[in-house]
Amino acid sequence: MSAILIATAVIGIVGLLVGIGLVYIGNKFHVEVDERETAIREVLPGNNCGACGYAGCDAVAAAIVKGEASAAACPVGGAPVAAKINAIMGTSAEAAARRVAFVRCGGSCEHTSAKNTYIGIRDCRAAALAGMHPWKCDYGCMGYGSCAAVCPEDAISVVDGVAVVDKEKCVGCGLCAKACPKNLIELVPYEQHVFVRCRNTDKGKDVKAACDVGCIGCRLCTKQCESGAVTVDNNLAHIDPSLCTNCGKCAEKCPQGTIATGV
Amino acid sequence: MARKTFRGGVHPEGHKELSRDASFEVYLPKGPMVYPLAQHIGRPSTPVVKKGDRVLAGQIIAEASAFVSANIVSGCSGTVKAVDRYRTIGGTYSDAIIIDNDGLYEEAPGIGKACDYRSLSNQEILDKIKAAGIVGMGGAGFPTHVKLAPKDPSAIHYVIANGAECEPYITCDDQLMRNYADEIIAGMMIILKLFPNASGHIVIEDNKPEAIAAMQKAASRIGNIKVISAPVKYPQGGERSCISLVTGIDYRISQLPADVGCVVDNVGTIRAIYKAVCESTPLMERGVTITGEAIARPCNLLTRIGVLCSELHEYAGGFRDGKQAVKMLAGGPMMGVAFDSLDVPLQKNNNALTFLQRDEVAEAEKIRTNCIRCGRCARVCPMGLTPQLMCMAYERGELDRFEHKFHGLECISCGSCTFICPARKPLTQEFKVAKAEIMAIKRAEKEKEGAKA
Repeated sequence: MSAILIATAVIGIVGLLVGIGLVYIGNKFHVEVDERETAIREVLPGNNCGACGYAGCDAVAAAIVKGEASAAACPVGGAPVAAKINAIMGTSAEAAARRVAFVRCGGSCEHTSAKNTYIGIRDCRAAALAGMHPWKCDYGCMGYGSCAAVCPEDAISVVDGVAVVDKEKCVGCGLCAKACPKNLIELVPYEQHVFVRCRNTDKGKDVKAACDVGCIGCRLCTKQCESGAVTVDNNLAHIDPSLCTNCGKCAEKCPQGTIATGV
Repeated sequence: MARKTFRGGVHPEGHKELSRDASFEVYLPKGPMVYPLAQHIGRPSTPVVKKGDRVLAGQIIAEASAFVSANIVSGCSGTVKAVDRYRTIGGTYSDAIIIDNDGLYEEAPGIGKACDYRSLSNQEILDKIKAAGIVGMGGAGFPTHVKLAPKDPSAIHYVIANGAECEPYITCDDQLMRNYADEIIAGMMIILKLFPNASGHIVIEDNKPEAIAAMQKAASRIGNIKVISAPVKYPQGGERSCISLVTGIDYRISQLPADVGCVVDNVGTIRAIYKAVCESTPLMERGVTITGEAIARPCNLLTRIGVLCSELHEYAGGFRDGKQAVKMLAGGPMMGVAFDSLDVPLQKNNNALTFLQRDEVAEAEKIRTNCIRCGRCARVCPMGLTPQLMCMAYERGELDRFEHKFHGLECISCGSCTFICPARKPLTQEFKVAKAEIMAIKRAEKEKEGAKA
């Protein structure tokens, strides 16, 4: 019986000593954390996707508190998160428009044809490094889905050889844009729905030979646009989202069907 | 006693019999000539001619734009048609100078003027090499005037001429050594003049007995140049393999050849140095092997850089029996890169065009399985790396481990691991992608730092 009592006493005393030690060390090495940082960390999405340019959500929270990053630093959280962060930081709200990724290529299997057979790792960057482009158009989407592989929200799928973004799922982190070796993906305002689905800067004749829906730089679209949002530079049409009214007149006149609405 | 060699290596089928005895044919292109501005390692050159200008053969048409860059010289006379984007043999696009060849081959003044290198200072020799636009002609295309100007020339003890030509199918260096042994030896003498403490070594694989004999005969008159016959093993022609063979130094990773007192140059480069210094002829011409089972008349050509591959293909009789090649390679099957259009110019660093009837890469893909950790890749890696671990790190996206733990950046992309892998994993391609990604990250970091400073 006494053996049990002794053991209990020993364990109890050791436990007490360790407990006292821990409390003492805890006070001694206490690091002051700004409670705003913890609060911000809680309102951030917590994906640790790195799209903000910082190592993760903890890092960007610290940067926001230090004033190195703005309240709208998190592209994934967008406006709602920015508003909450502003509330925590006591700063004025900057309206951050929601932006989504868009793949500037409409050259799916039915519009362009295969030029060569690429054999190797199924990854756009690997194929681009080997100088291989499977389709006749050298500018277009290769369709191996490097963008889909990096998307944290599973918003990109490759349909008929071209990557397509589900804009409802897209959080605008921009990781896909960095992954694309052809620089096809850009971030556009969520409300924008008239797009030039091409990035080919070759002359019209060469574009026609490569793809049915490529921009030939005919400038019909620029003549239609009343707000001056459409410009043609280097044989390629471009729409400035800040001027575009989404009227869709350019898309109606586009002879190649390059400009599309409602994508 | 076993002969000295490097560790690892593989024995792919040589296929050199297709073209090894085809003597050099001089081919002067008839069609337009195209000069991509980025056909060497380093910054692309800056064009010094514009549309409509008349140029002469041997005239500089683009100048080196940085320390590591090279001049580009026109190989024909004619008018500049455009300076425009053009497809390169690597599949990418580069700005290029396109010249309408008038077929006269009128030479720029001063070309071919004989000159005794002994009367020149070392700096004058380097200047001549730089002006001639010489880059490594074995494949990498590193500017030669940079390679030949290390910090301390007196620390160089070995000048190695690389005539191993271990890549299957290719035979142009073999022909070059058989026919121009004297010029190569003279080129060696010029390099040896730059490095007072060095001796010359010429590495040739055993499967080229005629070349060994020719080089030995030419070298016999000179005291400090030795011909070394090497066992037939791939990649014997790798820079580091040559160094291990000649010096017996067990290479430590992240050392440059100059760190172990070596300068290695391809025999083609050395001949170009001779032509530039002693004959005042810049780099316009190179040997190229047109070979493969799918070509009607495999041959070795001495032709002008900038010629379109379609022209060379036609000269070699086109496809055998009119049957389209299954695969076209710039270089050989181990390290060469596939290209899909013949409308691309021959570059300074292209030693061969190989047209294959079988695509072994495609066949391998069909029977690909998982790694069984047999370790054969590690046994054959000439750099002593562990490809199976590098591959795992790459597939998990652990680039940091790839770089620092497994020293992935030391990979020379020789393809030995992919060749030997029983699971047919595309190891070399994975490593190429991983290396490119790491380099891109490093560049971005450097730019960031530059922006901060």
